[in-house]
Amino acid sequence: MSQQIVIWGIMNGAIYAMLALGFTFMFGVARVINLAQGAFFMVSAYFMYIFISLLQLNILLSIALTTILAGAIGITVYQLLIRRIEEYHGAVVLVTVAIALVLQEVILVIFGGEYLSTEPFIPGAIIFLGIDIRYQYLLSLGVVSACLIATGVLLYKTRTGLAIRCVAQDREIANVMGIDVEKTYLIAMGLGAFLAGVAGALIVPIYTLSPTMGWHPLVIMLAVVVLGGLGSIKGSVIGAFILAFVEAIVVFLVPMGSFLKDAIALAIVIAVLLTRPEGLFGISFEEERL
Amino acid sequence: VRGYAYRLFRNWKGDVLVIPGRAIAFFGLVLLFFIPLITQNPYILRVLTFSSVFAIYAASWDLLSGITGQLTLGHGAFFAVGAYSAALLNLKLGLPSWATIPIGALIAIPAALIIGFPALRVRGTYFTLITLCVPIILTGVVFAFSNFTGGELGLSGIARISTSPLFNYYLVLLVMVSSAFLMWKLTDAKSKHIRLGIFFHAIREDEITARASGIDTTKYKLIAFCLSGFFAALAGTLYAHLIRIAGPSTLEIWFSIQPVMWAIFGGTATISGPIVGVYLLYPLTEFLRIIPEFRTLIFALVVIVLILFMPRGLIVRVREEIERECPRCKVINVITRRSCRACYSPLHLHEWESKNG
Repeated sequence: MSQQIVIWGIMNGAIYAMLALGFTFMFGVARVINLAQGAFFMVSAYFMYIFISLLQLNILLSIALTTILAGAIGITVYQLLIRRIEEYHGAVVLVTVAIALVLQEVILVIFGGEYLSTEPFIPGAIIFLGIDIRYQYLLSLGVVSACLIATGVLLYKTRTGLAIRCVAQDREIANVMGIDVEKTYLIAMGLGAFLAGVAGALIVPIYTLSPTMGWHPLVIMLAVVVLGGLGSIKGSVIGAFILAFVEAIVVFLVPMGSFLKDAIALAIVIAVLLTRPEGLFGISFEEERL
Repeated sequence: VRGYAYRLFRNWKGDVLVIPGRAIAFFGLVLLFFIPLITQNPYILRVLTFSSVFAIYAASWDLLSGITGQLTLGHGAFFAVGAYSAALLNLKLGLPSWATIPIGALIAIPAALIIGFPALRVRGTYFTLITLCVPIILTGVVFAFSNFTGGELGLSGIARISTSPLFNYYLVLLVMVSSAFLMWKLTDAKSKHIRLGIFFHAIREDEITARASGIDTTKYKLIAFCLSGFFAALAGTLYAHLIRIAGPSTLEIWFSIQPVMWAIFGGTATISGPIVGVYLLYPLTEFLRIIPEFRTLIFALVVIVLILFMPRGLIVRVREEIERECPRCKVINVITRRSCRACYSPLHLHEWESKNG
């Protein structure tokens, strides 16, 4: 029981962390509330399915191709649609929902509504402290940690990262300082979708695929982002693991837990927000303070 | 009586007919009232009845999110509160529909207070995301107490309002027109008698300034929450009695996003915009049932294209095309007039200047 809680907590936490980090990039830098993040995740899972099961490619090559394609989708969506209506926030939210629907329906038309699943990438497991951990989970954890470290390096050690952080703080001043704001938005959107792609690629052998699989992670991801504090990178990672463990504990220990897991997770988020309105690690933006 | 009738006619001529937007709305309404004379096809009547129900729902979303500026993505919660209370009152207590509809709508007011007190402590995007959580929490509650709420299957066998589809059509249409009128009057910023409207608009435009001007913003946001919840629940009760089932489908995220789509398509912060949006988009989704595999896809593509061309909504765009506000006395004129109908000052100054140097 407890080992399952630990494994599910870590696995789901890693997935939610990737999604939430991507959302944080898009929201913090480009100010886009991207409700299509769940759909990006779903589409990447299907890309991974195509590469691994239908084309029989190498695992790492498939992951790389999937994530690059996901990033390309993010950039295309921003360039073609969101950019033209940027100043109307409501319209942007609506367009991301419509994009999510379009992706979902396209996948539904191509693959049909039935559930798909694949063999684990690497079969087998090791036993560590009495818990048997499948190699599959270790691979996922490895890729997620690599992505987290790479994101950290990109943000805090490179000039591009500096530009991203500047634009997130104040886009006008950043513009005055000679930072190409539009390019930074594109990078942030691409990076956000790329991270959703990582999450989508890693869950292929663990979850079953269906065109509507993106909505539940989307809701939990939004809760994670609020819990951790909007725009906070540390907050979205830590919040993801907190909520994933709460979910795992509720599912395994509370009666009727699988019905109540979302309700309890979201109730915790609301309780946190009531005591700390800016989330756990929130940076309260000027316009949201009163 | 003749004097009153004459004055009514004169006001109608002066306040409705000369303003093209209002004239179109008026004749659209007249058309809706006369549709049963043209066709009595039960399918068409049913689609239009549901359009009226969803028009109340979308307009109530606009009252809270468009006019007061508190963007919510969980409006289905209120709709479901209305539907479930009507169902429970009807099935467990045996109340008839004329009692369950108003009581169910009134139950939404305490529900709005319970949701609103914590939710309004945060603002902006945090508020939006918290409201998104509310229907999901309620879904968990509905599933957990399934012997009382019917669980996944919902509560079925609710009494009909009436066996005649024609009566249902007119009743729902009348409820829609009167609630839309109430919402429009309550939120009218130019009203001299009701100050609520101008407070709501002020809170949307700049909450800090509104508070600095002595408006108790939290109180008025709660009032907007209760009003909006009341009308959404009213739509919910009607819906429950029309499809005779109250189920957790009203708590799905999609159900809460639909009014947002209708409202943004029609134009937010207008009350009339969402209603027009529903009457255009809901029959379209019904019509697309003839190609079921591509239905949602086409719907989503249509929404994307329309949003790209009219990001502020259909109503706002159309009104820009056919109406012109007089620069001097702020009276609204038809675009074809060259001078204002009230003060005779020229309306199209820029074009006039460019033509005459």
